[in-house]
Parts: sequence; structure tokens; C-alpha cells
Amino acid sequence: MSESTGFTIPKIELGDWIESGLDYLTNNYSSITRGISKFTETGIGVLNDSLMWLPEWAMIAMVALLCWRLSGTRLAIGAVLGLGLIWNLDLWDPMIESLTLVVIATLVAVVIALPLGILAALSDRFYKVIMPTLDFMQTMPAFVYLIPAIPFFGIGSVSAIFATVIFSMPPAIRFTTLGIRQVPNDLIEAADAFGATRSQKLFKLQLPLSLPTVMAGINQTIMLALSMVVIAAMIGADGLGNEVWKAIQRLRPGDGFEAGIAVVILAMLLDRLTQTFSKEKKPRS
Amino acid sequence: MTDTRDVKIRVRNLSKVFGNQPDKALTLRDQGMKRPEILEKTGQTLGLSSVDFDVMEGELLVIMGLSGSGKSTLIRCLNRLIEPTEGEIIIDGQDVAKLDDKSLLQCRRKHFSMVFQNFALFPHRTVQQNAEFGLEVRGENKEVCFQRGRDALKQVGLDGWEDAYPSQLSGGMQQRVGLARALANDSTVLLMDEAFSALDPLIRKDMQQELLALQHKMKKTTIFITHDLDEALSIGDRIILLKDGEVVQIGSPESILTHPANDYVARFVEGVDMSRILTAQSAMTDVRATARDDDGPRTALRKMGENGLNSLFVVRRDRTLLGIVTAEDAERAVRENLTDLTELIHSDCCKISPEEPLHNLFTLFAGHNHPLAVVDEQSRLMGVVVKGSVLAELAEAGEANA
Repeated sequence: MSESTGFTIPKIELGDWIESGLDYLTNNYSSITRGISKFTETGIGVLNDSLMWLPEWAMIAMVALLCWRLSGTRLAIGAVLGLGLIWNLDLWDPMIESLTLVVIATLVAVVIALPLGILAALSDRFYKVIMPTLDFMQTMPAFVYLIPAIPFFGIGSVSAIFATVIFSMPPAIRFTTLGIRQVPNDLIEAADAFGATRSQKLFKLQLPLSLPTVMAGINQTIMLALSMVVIAAMIGADGLGNEVWKAIQRLRPGDGFEAGIAVVILAMLLDRLTQTFSKEKKPRS
Repeated sequence: MTDTRDVKIRVRNLSKVFGNQPDKALTLRDQGMKRPEILEKTGQTLGLSSVDFDVMEGELLVIMGLSGSGKSTLIRCLNRLIEPTEGEIIIDGQDVAKLDDKSLLQCRRKHFSMVFQNFALFPHRTVQQNAEFGLEVRGENKEVCFQRGRDALKQVGLDGWEDAYPSQLSGGMQQRVGLARALANDSTVLLMDEAFSALDPLIRKDMQQELLALQHKMKKTTIFITHDLDEALSIGDRIILLKDGEVVQIGSPESILTHPANDYVARFVEGVDMSRILTAQSAMTDVRATARDDDGPRTALRKMGENGLNSLFVVRRDRTLLGIVTAEDAERAVRENLTDLTELIHSDCCKISPEEPLHNLFTLFAGHNHPLAVVDEQSRLMGVVVKGSVLAELAEAGEANA
């Protein structure tokens, strides 16, 4: 059709522009990203080794104890059964590798998200900028982040963490902002009336009161991180995702489901454990 | 009533416009328009319009008005939780309205502490930590915070509850914590924003009494906001009546009741039980005659006869009241040739203070016809109240109101 009229609207070369932008970043800042890469790899290695240094039974016992202290007997029994199954299926090492990636990605995401969330709560202007950015980060298909990660950090776990941090950070920011903005106005007014400064209000009032909401956000971040860490097997991340990936390539649905069930168990344990933090602390009576 | 106390806060020409074009609204106001017209013409709400008043050192000033009268806006303008649009708020020679952010914080810490209608306690802090908040914000050291917080809690009767959380307390107790938090700060002015309005009536009465007692003891300058006339009348030294952001009347509870400034106030105070508000002082008359303790029965009898009385109060030289002598007893003494009047004195006669509400006097009159003696704190006779003057005073007050 367009040929017959001789009138074409040229395609906007959005993809080309993004690529040249990424190229520019890769060419000029690769020394920095490589440095980050080295540093992160060391971190992953150390954490991985120390988690694997413990014998399986000792690890299971420790997790069970933690579950029992924080939540109760039910979660503790669940932890023993679930982790026991993973051990039995011979998926212990991939599970630890996934856990390492989740822990590091979550730490990085939270460290970035908390200040941003606080800022968005206190400044309306920043709020208006960051909210659409977060929408963008969350709705962009997760796979897309994997592609630019490779030129920056190379194939492997660091790229996986990069993509995971971007993908899992938004809820931590959103919930922090929400938690702080939810602090009742009359309490803020009371603090003002006594002459509290901005930082006194933040640290004595807004942050303590928003803690349960912030923890709920971190819980969400952990869940998203886990799902992304699995997908990141596509760019060479180790862990349970890699087992799934291998099963797809060899067309072995049984292996795939085994690894998948291990992911579910890990997810449930992490979720229930972190949920105990986000529940409001009941005053002792 | 002359007020010899110093002025603590001087408020002049205080106005507040809610909206984005305050100047326009004020111009219209100066042309004589009222709140509804200004709202219609400009979309701006005139919250307060040119309010003038003084707060005396150590008084309990009640600002009263119905909802929408601007009373909450007014109290929040004083410590600039709401920014006034124009006007001056002078406290200790300093204009609060002109302070920069930093000085404003200092001013709030030093001069103002506030008690809120819905308590506004910090739910994550214990009662003790709530009480310490103002001191903590001010940067006092830990021991000072602890000690003063504890003292303040003791003052409001909450010792033993230091480690509880606000959610574990009843409404009345929560507001005690609110009061303790304000008192601990030892600021020069206490602002109370409908502090007792959320409490149920009995607790509320108790809290009013306790506030009066505390205020009497500490002589703290207090500004109390309420929409409840009874509350205003029973606790206020003076009352400011607000309507549509303007001051309608300023005066003592009695003067507002007996001399309402206009129909609005008159309608407002209609139906108030005068006998609970008016005091013995208003019905008190001068003593026409008294007997001295060194007078004889004969002299006393003569004084009664000259003044048409059937009893006589007996006082010392310094007017300290000793008691009452009846005509019957004096006559009997004269017949029996007794010379000592002091033996005839009934020292159990009714003595009342000038602040006693008229309501309480009726029962004292029951059973006899003698007047009541009004005495000051040193028990010196100031005047008398007879039954007739109580009724006359109530009738008159009722008329002024009608």
C-alpha cells in the first residue's frame, strides 16, 4: 500500500537509539562495570562457599530453629520437610546458589530502595518523577533487562543480579513511600507542635510507624528477586533456574518439575519468614 | 474587674484566608463583605478575620464557638501549625508570625505545648516515652527526660502506667498522657484543642476539675478551645466567643451570660442554668449592721431593732466572723441580765465563699430564715446573701437572656 501512494511515514528508530546509548555506556564505563562485576563475583563466591561449607543437616536444623523462634512449630516442621526434600532430590547446591543470588540482589535493591522511597515520601516533586519510572521498571518484560546486562557485566551471575535488582526494587520503594505517607496527619501535627525538626519526625515517628509496611515491601522484593533469579538462568546464572533450563533443553519434564518444586519450597520459606517481620508488633499486655 | 496581670500573648489583626488569592479576599473583607459573599466571589475561605485579643499571664482563656467558627484555625495560628495570612502574635516581645523556620522551632519548644482532641499519642512509644517526647526533641539529656516525664505522669495520676502503650489505655487515660506530654515540656503556654471533647461526659467532668486544680496550682497560661458552652463557662477565667472567624464577645463567664453583646450570643447562652454559673458574689449585699464581740446583748438587740433584723452577725475588730446572734436569744439575755454576748453566739452559722454557685445556696437556706454570711479566705465577713436576692438575681439574669 505504502509503495503505491509513494508516501511513507518513516519508522522511528527507537531501538537503534537505545542500542547506541547502551553501546556508549558500555564503551565508556565498562571499566567501572567490570570492577563492580569482579567485586560482586567475590561477594557471591564468599557467601556461596560459607553457605555450602555447612553440612546439609546442620543448615536444615538452623533454619528450622529460626522458623520456630520467629513463627512457630508449623513453619519449623514445614522447613524440615521442604529442605529435606530438596536435599533428597539432590538439588541442594543449586538451591544454595539461588539463595545467594536472592540474598545479594535483595540487599542491593533494599539499600537503593529505602532512601529513594523516603525521598519520594517527603518530596512531592520526586514522587511525581519516580512513580512513572517504577511503572516502567515493573511492566517492562523481565527478560529485556537480561540483554543489556550482558555487555555491562558479562555472562553469568553478576548480570543476573543486575537484572534482578532492577526488576525487584520497585515494591520496596513503593511500600516505603506508602508507609511513610500513611503516618496519620495528627501525629505529624503533634510532632510539629512540639518543635520537631524534619529528621526528628522521620526517625522518631515516620520510619518506626512505617516499619511494618516497609517490611511488607521487602517481602515483595524478595519474592520478585527469586522469580527473576530463576529466569536469569538464560544468561548463565547458576542455581535452580539453571536446572530448569537444562531440563527444557534435554526435554526432561521430570527434572524440570523437581527443580520447580524446589523453587516453590524456597519461595514459601522466604515468604513466611519475612512475613513475620511485617506483621505489626503487638504491644505486650 | 481590673486585670493587673501581665499580657502573655498579644494578638492583633490576625486573619487567615484559605485559598490561593488571599489578598483579593482581604480586600473584599475590607470593603465590608462577609465570609459567604467572599467565598462566592473569589472561592477563598475567610477562616479568621482581624482577630484581636490578649492572653493574660496565668489565666485560663477559653476560645469557644461552633464548628466552622475558626477556633481550631485560631489556636493553630498561634504556634503556626497554620500560617496566618496577616497579623501579629506577640509572645514575650517576639512576633511569632515573623519568625524564620529555625526560630519558629525554638519558639514552639520553649513557649507552646499542645493537647489534641484525638490525643495524637505516638502508638509505638510507651506512655513514659510519649511524655518525654517534647523534652527529647528539645535535646534534653536522658535523666532529665526521664525524671520530668515521670513527674508529669504523676501529676496527671498515671504513675504505674509508664510502660504501657497508649492502645492499652482508656480514652480518659490516653488524654491524661496527652496532658502529661504537654506538661512535661514546661512550656510557657498550654494550648488545648477540644482536649476533652472526645471523652464521655463523666470522665470529661473529672478532667475539667483536674485541669482546674492543676491550673490553679501551676498558674500556667492556658488557651482552651471548645464548642461546648457548659465547658467554657465552668472552666474559663475569660471566654472569647468566635463566629464565622470573628470575635463576637470577650469577657468573663458571668458577663457573657448577663450582658450578651448581641442576639447571637444571647441565643447561644439561652437555656444555660444560671444558678450554676452565677456566684454568691453577684447576689451579695452589704452588711447593714454587725455586732462586735465586746458589745452587750442590749446593744445587739438595739442594732437589730434599728435595722429591722431578727439576727445579727458578730465579728471581731478585724471583721473575722464569729457567728450569729438571734433576736430571741438576745431578748432572753437582756431579761436574765446577762452581759456577755459571746455566750449567745451560734458559731455554726452558714459561711460561704464568694465563688459559691447560687445553685448550692438553696439547700443552705432550707429550715431557717437567717441570711448567709459571705466570707473571704481569712474568714472575714464580706457581705450577706438573703434568699430574696438570690431569686432576684436569677430572675434578672433570665430576663437579660430572653
